[in-house]
Amino acid sequence: MEYTFHWRPVFNRLPDLLEAGLITLEVSALSMVIGIALGLGLALIRMSGNRAITWFAIGWIEIARNTPALLQLFFFSFGLGAYGIHLTPFMVVLCGMSFNNAGYLAESFRGGFAAIPDTQMKAARSLGMTATQAYLRIIIPQVLRIVYYPMTNQMVWAVLISSLGMLVGFHELAGETQRQAFRSFRLFEFFLVTAVIYYVIVKIIILSSRLIAWRLFRY
Amino acid sequence: MDSGGVQFFFEFTERDLLILAEGAKLTLIISSLAIVGGTILGGLFGWLLSIGGRFGAITLGWVLDIFRSVPPIVQLVLFVNFFPIIGFPLDAAQAGTLVLMMYCSALVAQVARAGIEAVPKTTRWAGRSLGMSYWQDLRYVVLPIGLRAVLPSWTGVALGVLKDSALVSVLKAGELMQVSQEMITRTQQPFLILGIAGLFYFALSFPIARLTEHLERRWQHD
Repeated sequence: MEYTFHWRPVFNRLPDLLEAGLITLEVSALSMVIGIALGLGLALIRMSGNRAITWFAIGWIEIARNTPALLQLFFFSFGLGAYGIHLTPFMVVLCGMSFNNAGYLAESFRGGFAAIPDTQMKAARSLGMTATQAYLRIIIPQVLRIVYYPMTNQMVWAVLISSLGMLVGFHELAGETQRQAFRSFRLFEFFLVTAVIYYVIVKIIILSSRLIAWRLFRY
Repeated sequence: MDSGGVQFFFEFTERDLLILAEGAKLTLIISSLAIVGGTILGGLFGWLLSIGGRFGAITLGWVLDIFRSVPPIVQLVLFVNFFPIIGFPLDAAQAGTLVLMMYCSALVAQVARAGIEAVPKTTRWAGRSLGMSYWQDLRYVVLPIGLRAVLPSWTGVALGVLKDSALVSVLKAGELMQVSQEMITRTQQPFLILGIAGLFYFALSFPIARLTEHLERRWQHD
């Protein structure tokens, strides 16, 4: 083995990497919030029974779930670019990930809604609640509880997928690592440290989701 | 194609479709090797985890957890740079297949373990009491019951690996995603080419989805 490891350049740049790690967390969390809202909407549309918009929702869900996330990001970068819509790398990653998350979460939500008995809705309505009230106060809280674990998984996926930002010029953790690594030619060392940072981020997410679940689902 | 008076020199032709199909073929090869190898390895790991107890969980379980917690693209870059260091250079497609296989095995291990644990202990004891050996019990009791329980999860993993094979494009392996990317630069028709690439991915994942459906339907009867 003739290769000598040089760790100093990596440790000198560690603050940059950690800062980029925060950007990774930020874009993942944002894409989850947007994805949950859109996914909920898609699930409701799909169950609504209206022909035209049902097909729209099914199309979205199928494309999001059956094509690589990378392809979806490319659609938002040079796909839209060809039509003169130039998004910033941050927006490309955020839009692509939100699109992807929404597709996956819509299916989780659909499963969640299917698990709530019809009688819950009927009971709420007979207590004098409007349909909106019944949804917001009775149905959706129960659905959220059922889809909590799939949602946690999706958040971990979001962090992993955000690393694709590297390929569209976004300087989140992987992208920043690539930039620093090319500058110093210590590719292996940089990416090894980044792998550790990703591992820690994922562990923090899983741990905090368990804490939240413990606090939230005590009853 | 009418492009408002501007003449494109690199129109998308039938030959380009063939080039894309060629890329899809490599995607198919890489991902099927990764899925088959990853499933065999993952099954073995899952079995080890199910009998390994605490020790298995903190050794093998921890290593597999790392593969699941680090983005595949980072793993790819790491491994393709790691093999030359230990004096064992691999080409892009080989390194990509290897990394995807390990990634797949880590995901399958979790699924396989869940499958083994889905079989009630009493059922296995009953099998053993009928005079089955440990391996017979595994083959004729655990496998058929466990497989049914986790087939949908396995399909999810396999389809995920197929899609993640797109990441091998960073290593310039010449699979579908990289070929499309280069073609977009050449023809400037991103929507058309990404659409075709998407259809190819659909077409590749279709057989896996159908196979699962078929097996699920057949198993319902016996």
